[in-house]
Amino acid sequence: MSLGLIGLLVLCLNGIPLFVNATLLFALCFLSMTLGGILYFKALYGSTLAGIKNDGVWFNALTSKGISGWILGLVLTGFYIAIYWFPELLGYRTETASVGLVAFFDPLSVLLNGKLATQWFMYGTLYTFAILLFGIKFIWKYRSNPYQIFRTLSVVFFQLCFAFLLPELLSKLNPEMPYFSKDIKNMWPLNYYFFDAWHLEGMLNGKSIGQFFLIFGLLMIFVISPLLTYRFGKRWYCSWVCGCGGLAETAGDPFRQLSSKKISVWKLERWMIHFVLVFVFITTVAVVWSFLGTQPELSLVTKERFILVVVVLLLLILLSLFIKHKNGFPKDAKYTLISVVSILLTSIGLHYFSGQQNIFFFESYTFQKWYGFGIGAAFSGVLGVGFYPLLGSRVWCRFGCPMAALLGLQQRLFSRFRITTNGGQCISCGNCSTYCEMGIDVRAYAQRGANIIRSSCVGCGICSAVCPRGVLKLENGPLENRITNPTYPLGNTL
Amino acid sequence: MNNTGSKKSIVIIGNGISGTTLARHIRKNSTHAITIISDETPYFFSRTALMYVYMGYLPFSDTEPYEPQFWKDNSITLLQQRVTRILPEKKLLKFDDSRLYSYDTLVIATGSIPNFLGWPGQNLKAVQGLYHKQDLDQLEAWTASIQNAVIVGGGLIGIELAEMLHSRGKKVHFLIRESHFWNTVLPQEEAELVTQHIIANGIDLHLNTELKSITSDEEGRANGVYTKEGTLIPCQWVGLSVGVSPNIAFLDQSDLQLNKGILVNRYLETNQKGIYAIGDCAEQTEPQQGRAAIEAVWYTGRMMGETLAQTLTGKKTPYTPGPWFNSAKFFNIEYQIYGKVSVAPDSQEERQLLWKHKFKNRTIRISYHPTTLRFLGCMSLGVRFRHAYFDAALRNHKNMEYILSTLEESFFDPEFYPNYKKEIQMLWELEKSNLIL
Repeated sequence: MSLGLIGLLVLCLNGIPLFVNATLLFALCFLSMTLGGILYFKALYGSTLAGIKNDGVWFNALTSKGISGWILGLVLTGFYIAIYWFPELLGYRTETASVGLVAFFDPLSVLLNGKLATQWFMYGTLYTFAILLFGIKFIWKYRSNPYQIFRTLSVVFFQLCFAFLLPELLSKLNPEMPYFSKDIKNMWPLNYYFFDAWHLEGMLNGKSIGQFFLIFGLLMIFVISPLLTYRFGKRWYCSWVCGCGGLAETAGDPFRQLSSKKISVWKLERWMIHFVLVFVFITTVAVVWSFLGTQPELSLVTKERFILVVVVLLLLILLSLFIKHKNGFPKDAKYTLISVVSILLTSIGLHYFSGQQNIFFFESYTFQKWYGFGIGAAFSGVLGVGFYPLLGSRVWCRFGCPMAALLGLQQRLFSRFRITTNGGQCISCGNCSTYCEMGIDVRAYAQRGANIIRSSCVGCGICSAVCPRGVLKLENGPLENRITNPTYPLGNTL
Repeated sequence: MNNTGSKKSIVIIGNGISGTTLARHIRKNSTHAITIISDETPYFFSRTALMYVYMGYLPFSDTEPYEPQFWKDNSITLLQQRVTRILPEKKLLKFDDSRLYSYDTLVIATGSIPNFLGWPGQNLKAVQGLYHKQDLDQLEAWTASIQNAVIVGGGLIGIELAEMLHSRGKKVHFLIRESHFWNTVLPQEEAELVTQHIIANGIDLHLNTELKSITSDEEGRANGVYTKEGTLIPCQWVGLSVGVSPNIAFLDQSDLQLNKGILVNRYLETNQKGIYAIGDCAEQTEPQQGRAAIEAVWYTGRMMGETLAQTLTGKKTPYTPGPWFNSAKFFNIEYQIYGKVSVAPDSQEERQLLWKHKFKNRTIRISYHPTTLRFLGCMSLGVRFRHAYFDAALRNHKNMEYILSTLEESFFDPEFYPNYKKEIQMLWELEKSNLIL
């Protein structure tokens, strides 16, 4: 542990010019953090028998919103604010070569992409390193559970290869290629700028690689992702692939119990996340529409056809809603209805009442810019990770991620995934609810003998892992009778 | 049945799983006034989760399955009071502050109290059981001054206490009267396995050892125990976990028929009209075949609550629990049972198929009738089974051929866990050839 702290200290102190080989220092620093981490994890789990323990989680100030939790939260938040808005504090320079912390990452950056490090390269490296290091801790802690081992290996692999190494190497191999997101697992709507003009132009001008990324991106959104969600639930993405999920599941694991399980917070969650989804949808339609208007030579379809496709798509959704709820609408379906109709009207209104760049009154990119600030930066980074020790590890995924919202709708409506409750075996102890990072009151279902089918469930499997009585099982099965609501749990004869 | 339409005042003493389940289901079916009285805690909590509060897994509030608003939304009145007497002829309850409270229908669901078997020194300070929230508070208060703890009694609460104190860094001496842990319920192989696991976790296990007396320091606090062999084990705290008994002392002058518990018939009725008893405190006068008169288990408490709610909302229903099931966890080893798996089976009535993992703490034991091959029950350590599967198999009197050919459906372990279907099927083929010989 102390070794790791020394490494971290070196990382922090590198503003001081040291007359040492920069590459050597960089390597030593990360090596010592890794070693220190592993020694610390060994002290935690090395001498106990395999089996999941949460001893003292609520006695430790760091993991129960005590003073050290608050301090860590403030430090992380400060770090994010610096990266997003004051990168010069970390040594980033636009005119000259960077100094300080950012420059410390130069050796690795040059090795991977051939350029000097930016604050984003530094962030990406630290992010990936955190997932790797705390991934080791996670696997050690949950080593008795194969599902947790495979899932963690998967998120670590996708972060390291697809989010970190591959994009860097691609830009080294094709240095003249215009910028576009080369992380193929980072898809719309999480990657909300996928349809932005600069991004589309980047891909369309990016020769065959760019076009591959465009086609693959579209396939992911409309074909691959819904199919995978149908087959496995949204966990295939949120807890097996996604980078945000990756950090939450590894570095964020000690804070998972801090998510609120109150009914009132669940209500807030549903409003927020669906608002974000509708908002992203509207801005995307607007942005694509204005792209098609200004860049007809790059466009594959005309503005009119695009709007037509959007309208037809939404009408199909409406139709399926009406078929599903022939006998009256429950409250949540009504909200969906209102959202879909509002997008529909916006889309049509866009065509008839707007100028080239406007959605009614706003410029479409102004809209986008607010979103980028509000959702992209402030929410996913500052609140999402900075507040791990205060609000739990999945604040962003729960309240702000449009991707989670979209996959969640698919999961709720047409997925084979469910968490099965094991008959009448639940003793209402509450471990499942407490350790649910998404704030789902799992026990509320388990003690009634009902299956858990919630749009927010990311399928991390921890509820099942911590259950002392073998009550919960993540399963894929037929859609029929997936949603259960028994009057009595199994066991009685009534 | 003549008063089903009119609104009654139903008073429930005890806010545990039995009383709470009863209240919830009465509310689902009726608008009767419901009052739950308990002096233990203001709200229903999961008693089985007390150990996780002590170990720091959960804050106490997380053991409460319903938010405070739930009780208001369902107009269930909660009173934090201690009932000291019942006056059946006047339909009144008396509280410890002498106030009276009236009822139309009374349900007693007061649960259990830990057994104290009359040992010298059992009333000393820092000697206690673990059942109520107050017991946990008391233990928490002693904790800072404990280095060595002695736990007496090798049952489910005993092993919980051992794990609890061990997790807080205390040296634990675990005194068990039998040769192996819980071998009145666990067959030999399973009992041995769990016993080894207790030792592997660093517990100082004293087998075949009984408590003789508890010694005291000058302030009246326990400072050691003598075993029957005369060994002195110094300690600062003693946990007594030799079973529980119905919590019925306050009913002495109530004209209710009592034995070990409150005597009830199949309809959970006591001898007094309009008074019922459910859960741990109820003793069945005509228990189902193969079942005990008192079953102090979470699940049976819940089922009695479900059943009585039918009766109290106009549909008189006898208490008919389905096939037996239970579960527990011994440190890291989960335990499940469905149906009947005897410790010493009568060879004419029951035969058993035992599978053991080569090196992991996993066992599966399946009982069946030796001649008809009817499936009787399944017990497992470290392997999760599907309740619905065994419940249906037992209710429908399935035989071993059915079980072995559909074993796949019975497993409930998380994805990517190995299942041992093939190994068990091979064992069965071997066993069958023995049966024919």
